[in-house]
Amino acid sequence: MLNFFQLILIYAGIYALMAIGQNCITGYTGMLSLCHAGFFCIGSYATAIICKTFGLSFWLSLPVAAVATGLVGLIIGIPTLRLKGDYLCIATLGLGEIIRNVATNFNPVGYNSIPRASLFGYQFASRNKLAFIFLIWAFVLIFYILFQQLAHSRLGRAMIAVREDEVAAQSNGINVTKYKISSFVLGAAMGGIAGCLQTAYTLTVQPGSFTFMVSVMVLCTVVLGGMGNGKAVILGAFIIQFISYLPQLTGLTNVIPAQAKQIIYGLLLVVMMLWRPQGILGRDKYRYGDPRTRMEKLSDFFRRDKKGSRAKGGAV
Amino acid sequence: MGEILRIDNISVSYGSIRALSDVSMSVDEGDIVSLIGANGAGKSTLLKAIVGQEPLKKGTISFAGETICQTKHHSLTTDLIARRGIALVPEGRHVFADMTVEENLDMGAFMVRDQSLIEKRKAEMYDFFPILGARKKQKTRSLSGGEQQMMAIARALMSSPRLLLLDEPGLGLAPLVVQDIFSKIKIINEENKVTVFLVEQNARLALRTSSYGYVLENGRIVLEDKGEALLSNEKVQKAYLGA
Repeated sequence: MLNFFQLILIYAGIYALMAIGQNCITGYTGMLSLCHAGFFCIGSYATAIICKTFGLSFWLSLPVAAVATGLVGLIIGIPTLRLKGDYLCIATLGLGEIIRNVATNFNPVGYNSIPRASLFGYQFASRNKLAFIFLIWAFVLIFYILFQQLAHSRLGRAMIAVREDEVAAQSNGINVTKYKISSFVLGAAMGGIAGCLQTAYTLTVQPGSFTFMVSVMVLCTVVLGGMGNGKAVILGAFIIQFISYLPQLTGLTNVIPAQAKQIIYGLLLVVMMLWRPQGILGRDKYRYGDPRTRMEKLSDFFRRDKKGSRAKGGAV
Repeated sequence: MGEILRIDNISVSYGSIRALSDVSMSVDEGDIVSLIGANGAGKSTLLKAIVGQEPLKKGTISFAGETICQTKHHSLTTDLIARRGIALVPEGRHVFADMTVEENLDMGAFMVRDQSLIEKRKAEMYDFFPILGARKKQKTRSLSGGEQQMMAIARALMSSPRLLLLDEPGLGLAPLVVQDIFSKIKIINEENKVTVFLVEQNARLALRTSSYGYVLENGRIVLEDKGEALLSNEKVQKAYLGA
């Protein structure tokens, strides 16, 4: 039982990383993309090749996976991001499948017994789940903070403007194409990082595991939690993984077929769309127009307080 | 004052349908110039062409002496044109409905990097449109049509443009509100020295407000004259003023 909880924590972390990327693309910029499985696949393959074929460190493979996936995101983003709504969705769906097929043909058997990752002499072994929970959630925390900062930056503001109204965004001097592509590349890179970490955990890569279902699950995670809300997508990742391991958790693997979870996802999406289309936690409150950092805000707060009292004193 | 916008012989097509053919016109700096015409005459297409949203089949558009739009692949993109100092208030307003009034104005100042300047301009806008000041923390969705139109104009002014393009600012609004908006446009033009080019179906009000006017029919400029002169023109009276 504990074993399964730990497993859920690990996979929730990996999906949270992907969901952070998907949230950047879909939640903030409003592009319906369905190829996170492809990005996940590229990240996993990059890690496998660097660690196994070249025998290099896992820590080197992490940035390489992110950059490689980001590059692929850039290459496929430039032609496809002109498309809107459903068309973009279908184009990215196709691209996700293309990536999977290319990977399958590149190495149909995948990679096995990839060398373990190590940190300060400590080797991350798959059976020591606790270590992986710390490792993966440390990354989730880092990227959560980074993407929260991004959302409230100039770049984030532009992305949200693009989502809200492209015509208005352009009229205000926002280069829509540039921000769409930046958002797509950043989101893609997150998929690569998630793939890298999963490879470090399972130490195997099979092309069969990067199906369309993965993309759907990631999108579900974002929709379920709340689009454009960093905390919500992490919550969504937990819920999705919980459902995914429901048969094992309840010990009813014989009663509940594995396919049942797909039905549950579908039902959940329908229910969400009917009763809470903004997601469980809803959208994050806008906080732009205030580019100050937290520290600046804090210092401004105290300063304003003083100024306020001084102004009052002057009036009297 | 000199010419700020010059449109030279432009044509725009949607597929095989010609929306604009050989349109030439110019806007002098400091003026209010209006373009009137019936539905489907090509008024909005002309504005879209100016901001680079519709590719030109032929001709050029230049702003402050520099070419901004040419035939395909030689035009600037909309955001770059906006950066040159042309602000468009699109038809149907296109406000960021889920953002508050204040956030919308912040978006309008996207190109301005100086935070204190943004604050100063916001204060000016709240001064000029008191209703926006009263509603600044409210979501734009909850504003009335007239208030949204004012907000769209205020947002466009946040970047302190040299040329303000207005696409049917009176669309779907009560006559009194429309008059209010037009009087504001006049003040913006006089006090802020912003050149205004507006497209409007309400010909009487538009021509009364403007110093110069153009009449567009089936994608061609058929008449042009001083605003007053057009108002008393027999053809215009018959076709657009219902006299």
